[in-house]
Amino acid sequence: MNAQLPTEVVPVELEDVQGILRFGYKHHKEACFLLLRVKDAGAARTWLAQAPVTSAATADPPPQTALQVAFTSEGLRALDIADDIIDGFSAEFNEGMCRDADRARRLGDVGQNAPGQWQWGAGERVPHVLVLLYAVPGRLGEWRQAIEAQCDAGFEQMECLSVSDLRDDEPFGFVDGISQPEIDWARRRPARDQDQLAYTNLSCLGEFLLGYPNEYGLYTDRPLLEPHRDSGGMLPRAENITDKADLGRNGSYLVMRQLRQDVQGFWQFLHQQAGGDPALRQRRAEAMVGRTLRGVPLVGGTSATSAGDAAPPATDLNAFNYESDPQGIRCPLGAHIRRANPRNADLPPGGPGIVSRLKRMLGFDAGALARDRVASTRFHRLLRRGRDYGAQLSMDQALSDTPTGSESGLYFICLNANIARQFEFVQSAWVMGIKFDGLENEGDPLLGNRQAGVDGTPSDVFSMPRPDGPDERLCGLPQFVTVRGGAYFFLPGIRALRYLATSR
Amino acid sequence: MVVAPVASGREASLRGLLETMNSAPWVADPDNEVLPFGRFDRLHFARLVVLDDATMTDLEAGGSPRPGFPVYLAFIGDCDGPAQECLADLSRHAGDGLHKLFAHCEGFDTGSDALSWMLAHNVPAAANYVNWIGRTVRQVRQESALQRVLSAKVPRNALNSGSDVQRVRRDLIAFVDAEVRAGRLALTTPEPTPPLWWLANRVHAIVVPLVGLVALPLLIVLMPLLIFQLRKRETSDPEICPRPRPEALQALRQLEDRDVTNQFTAFGPVKPGLFRRWLVTVLLVLIDYACRHVFMRGHLGRVQTIHFARWVFLDNKSRVVFASNYDGGHEAYMDDFINKVAWGLNLVFSNGIGYPRTDWLVARGARREQCFKYYQRRHQLPTQVWYKAYPGLTLIDIKRNQRIREGLQRAEMSDAEALAWLKLL
Repeated sequence: MNAQLPTEVVPVELEDVQGILRFGYKHHKEACFLLLRVKDAGAARTWLAQAPVTSAATADPPPQTALQVAFTSEGLRALDIADDIIDGFSAEFNEGMCRDADRARRLGDVGQNAPGQWQWGAGERVPHVLVLLYAVPGRLGEWRQAIEAQCDAGFEQMECLSVSDLRDDEPFGFVDGISQPEIDWARRRPARDQDQLAYTNLSCLGEFLLGYPNEYGLYTDRPLLEPHRDSGGMLPRAENITDKADLGRNGSYLVMRQLRQDVQGFWQFLHQQAGGDPALRQRRAEAMVGRTLRGVPLVGGTSATSAGDAAPPATDLNAFNYESDPQGIRCPLGAHIRRANPRNADLPPGGPGIVSRLKRMLGFDAGALARDRVASTRFHRLLRRGRDYGAQLSMDQALSDTPTGSESGLYFICLNANIARQFEFVQSAWVMGIKFDGLENEGDPLLGNRQAGVDGTPSDVFSMPRPDGPDERLCGLPQFVTVRGGAYFFLPGIRALRYLATSR
Repeated sequence: MVVAPVASGREASLRGLLETMNSAPWVADPDNEVLPFGRFDRLHFARLVVLDDATMTDLEAGGSPRPGFPVYLAFIGDCDGPAQECLADLSRHAGDGLHKLFAHCEGFDTGSDALSWMLAHNVPAAANYVNWIGRTVRQVRQESALQRVLSAKVPRNALNSGSDVQRVRRDLIAFVDAEVRAGRLALTTPEPTPPLWWLANRVHAIVVPLVGLVALPLLIVLMPLLIFQLRKRETSDPEICPRPRPEALQALRQLEDRDVTNQFTAFGPVKPGLFRRWLVTVLLVLIDYACRHVFMRGHLGRVQTIHFARWVFLDNKSRVVFASNYDGGHEAYMDDFINKVAWGLNLVFSNGIGYPRTDWLVARGARREQCFKYYQRRHQLPTQVWYKAYPGLTLIDIKRNQRIREGLQRAEMSDAEALAWLKLL
């Protein structure tokens, strides 16, 4: 499984990678996501064999429109892909997001989040193929019509998820999408297993692209085919087992979840908790997120950046960690961004020298142990590509009793090479975990499902530590975010896509 | 661990009986009729597990014949005080249930005395880990109740001065005193450490290193040979880490994440040959020593999420059972294993057949993330009945509650100490 690594680092063939791995399509402010089911496998394959997929290679001028395509395991079956190929994908992908109750329990998809109530993704409503369409302003309508016409013969459209025009803030009103891992496209990080004693935002390519070394210096499992299965040489060969064709290379797993956000419920709860004080209401909301509305991290908020000046560039907003705030005085331990990305290293911080390191490794440094409750971040990173939907409410609308009549929320999309270790771990241990970082009984203040544990205590609290007394607590948090759908997809490399479309 | 072969033809009936002990599926009913765990207030954790190892075929990969072992029933409990006393307690209060259970085992008949039978089938652990030696079930429960009332009572506003802090603390102490007097809270003084246990523990602490010291010259002389033998094996032992079957995974996962704590039972053959057998024996002696005298205050290496763990030899040391109770999900447990204590894990488990290859006994092995995850899942067994005496509490909760009680009972505190104590609430 893990033969010797290649001595020479091969550059990534960007023309073979779907663009979403490299770009957020920020200029393509319009988007919509098609959920398709195969109605005629032959016609579906014909389209997939020449679908106008946009690659990660830089184009000049940039394309006006973009298309990305991904499959569920049901989709691969519906396209008559051989079983042994499908078996080569990860267990999570093959089992799907919600087919078994145990996974739903781990992901927090219970109560109001239960798959039985989803709009799509469960039971008969599992999509086969996901087509992501992006366009610069004014171009989406015709782009969508053209693609729908091409897909018509092979697919039945289950859902067209309409996406809001791209803006900076998500429905609750916070600037979103700031924290992203930096992917090591140049393969600068050596492919070996080595402790990282400082948090870095740079992630090995193999954490997001299959077929490359991951943070352990190893290759994540993926379908590797005997050469005779690819006699035409369509597929790249595996780097670690050079006589096999690598169907995974340059591909990734795409996790998508539709998250409905109760914007009125969120702001009205905080309004009431703050006794109607707008400044306090905003501070509480910001404590729950861990950033100001403008995106400035609470932990790194210096007077220069938090005094209402123009927000600093995104790199600054992402260049911080929580070492200086171990008790969560500035940014509460349970704040959303602290759960989703704890920004810690392989060892808790400590003095220099081998003795200090050894003490921390063996657990003989009490101070370090107290800061060693959260798993090392670099093995649990997500590349996020979500987009919002629904109308953006003003604060007056959010606080008004009049129902808005429409739903708004987030199509959460993330990319990762190992769904179990990345998305599922972050979701279950960190976001939904009611004991995250030693907290008592609280889930994520935004995403938590408030379910009671076995002892009957609901997880509807949010603690805000302070220097001069016991934690302040918000109690009785309602559920603000509800899961409405979701699925695990495989986003193939472009040659792998053509292979899947033509192989027998 | 009480362990006995299941009588032939009785396995299905045994599994049926075990199922009746769970209330909701996969959650032991503390008042079940067979073994009402909840009535034993010195029992932290308990499990009943059918030990049936499908991976014995892996021996054939190394060219060894596959021995025919029976299916076992194992009872594993973690209790305060000596094992004999706990077993005696069990047989006094649940004798009928024990009879029903062990009637499924070879050599047990209606006339057997449950206690003496259990003692005869008790296999002591080769190594045993306890997160906090001496912390009793009663203490955990009382301190949890204390934390709950204090946490609800403490005023959650800023305290402007040291005198404010001291006043709040005094008020809380007075409140707890009143609750205790009214019988709504109990804070029993911990029982003193039994002098004999203490003495035996001291002797153990000294004797094991002494034996080591005596053996050291021999060890130094033999070292080149031992290293040669180890490296030869490390480069040629077969690695058997196929992906676990989906149905097997399903059977394990459905038991998990019902509470904040989970169980783990794994079973597998030791690599054949005297070298591995002696190596794992010596290493388990050392690990047992470390657990008893070094890692007995809240952490095993860097890992702070394991309540109890033990390694038990079976079948003349040809197989090992590993059983643990840990906080968090399985993926997080594996993350701890791989990213925090892979070296320690490799020491022992690399002597099991098929383990991902190690270098120098500590390197690689579990760091081969996916191989290791497949390996451990493949050797894991479903735990048919599992009981935890304090649902909803993790070790971090338990330790925090312990510090709350200690702080409550301290006569004097500086302002800073008192503030730190209030912040625990």
